[in-house]
Amino acid sequence: MNKASIVIIGGGPAGLSAAIEGAKAGAKVLVIDENGKPGGQLFKQIHKFFGSKEHKAGTRGINIGDQLLEEAKRLDIEVWLNTEVCGIDKNKKIWGIRDKKQSFSIVADKIILATGAIENAVKFSGWTLPGVMGAGAAQTMINLNRTLPGKKILMLGSGNVGVIVSYQLMQAGAEVVGIVEAAPRLGGYGVHTAKVRRAGVNFYTSHTISRAIGENCVEAVEIVQLDSNWKPIEGTEKILEVDTICIAAGLTPLTELAWIAGSKFVYIQEMGGHVPAHNKTMETTVEGIYVAGDVSGIEEASTAMEEGRLAGINAAASLGFYIEKEQEERTKIVWNGLNALRCGPFGHKRKNAKDKILASREG
Amino acid sequence: MTRILKHPILGDISEQKKVTITVDGKSYLAYEGEMIAAALFNNDIKTFRYTKHHHKPRGIYCGIGRCTDCVMIVDGIPNVRTCVTPVKDGMIIETQHGTGEWKRGGQDE
Repeated sequence: MNKASIVIIGGGPAGLSAAIEGAKAGAKVLVIDENGKPGGQLFKQIHKFFGSKEHKAGTRGINIGDQLLEEAKRLDIEVWLNTEVCGIDKNKKIWGIRDKKQSFSIVADKIILATGAIENAVKFSGWTLPGVMGAGAAQTMINLNRTLPGKKILMLGSGNVGVIVSYQLMQAGAEVVGIVEAAPRLGGYGVHTAKVRRAGVNFYTSHTISRAIGENCVEAVEIVQLDSNWKPIEGTEKILEVDTICIAAGLTPLTELAWIAGSKFVYIQEMGGHVPAHNKTMETTVEGIYVAGDVSGIEEASTAMEEGRLAGINAAASLGFYIEKEQEERTKIVWNGLNALRCGPFGHKRKNAKDKILASREG
Repeated sequence: MTRILKHPILGDISEQKKVTITVDGKSYLAYEGEMIAAALFNNDIKTFRYTKHHHKPRGIYCGIGRCTDCVMIVDGIPNVRTCVTPVKDGMIIETQHGTGEWKRGGQDE
């Protein structure tokens, strides 16, 4: 195979949703994923999702992953696993490596980038010691690898990832010694935060980590209170005995392929930094190359799935699988869903940030 | 014990097929198909490599194959991401120093 209609890079919630819509429209679809299993980060999300019933609210991430894979299978979607994409040229020629052995190249009519994101680090003295890890890494260890990364854990960051992973670490049998938050207020949804609070976890607002202590691995952590200018207050240092420090300080979009492909970018801090400029159909500034999910701005799996659907519908439509009216109707339905997900005090911020990206593309 | 045998959402895991791996010359048991990083954690090994210039210890950081903090020498191949590479029976794993080096006979097959 050296030619394919729609090639989707990344088989997580956005990529699989895009593939399903593309295949439903009648397009030939290929999903490429670097990992040995599809699903992206869905299979470590064992908590129930938010949103409305249409957005699978109340369903756990793992079960949503299963549903997407079943649907992809039913539609006979081709998936290449253990396949790394290294480059994309102007003619939408993709090249990469399969099974760490065999190089390949394939020309796509349309490309959808759904490459996801990477966790941010926070640098403090000792941050490179074994035992300091991303909160998502700890979540992968417990929920996918069924392995506790440590017994006594400190979480840095009280956003959704911080509180959800804290709770899941406790479900897995670890002790969460505390959650440290630099801001004066907690950052996560009330329902997740309250669950952790009810379980007796200490929250340290206006605090940060001043150093991780240990020779060859984390043995303790020193935290310190911050003043209103985010400066450490001398004399407020406190040492907590822990063997693991988890960092939940947000994510950065994995945009390498969009840069290589030549898309224009826009810097939106709330969306994770540099993101590919894209329009309402998720098309970047390069004709025929789309983005969906965290690569187009950090949000959630539920919005990633809707964005994937948008990209899939519109990529298929641009290949002639939908007439204009169908394309508009289907796009509108997904946009209504997205707008519903991007409301409320948390969602509204994301909507404003997303609007900035759209404006940059139009302008 | 770091292995999570019982879980309120994911359920219990039963005993799985075990394989033998060698880490820095010593034999350890691992579950067939689990990631190398998980197998090492379950054998109380948390330092995977030492940095080139300052010889500082490193373990896992991102756990999903992106940051390359957890690389080791596996069957003679350096810079293998242990968090996304499953164990195989008889696998020879070595702590990596610096950027590592290819060992004689080190190849994928």
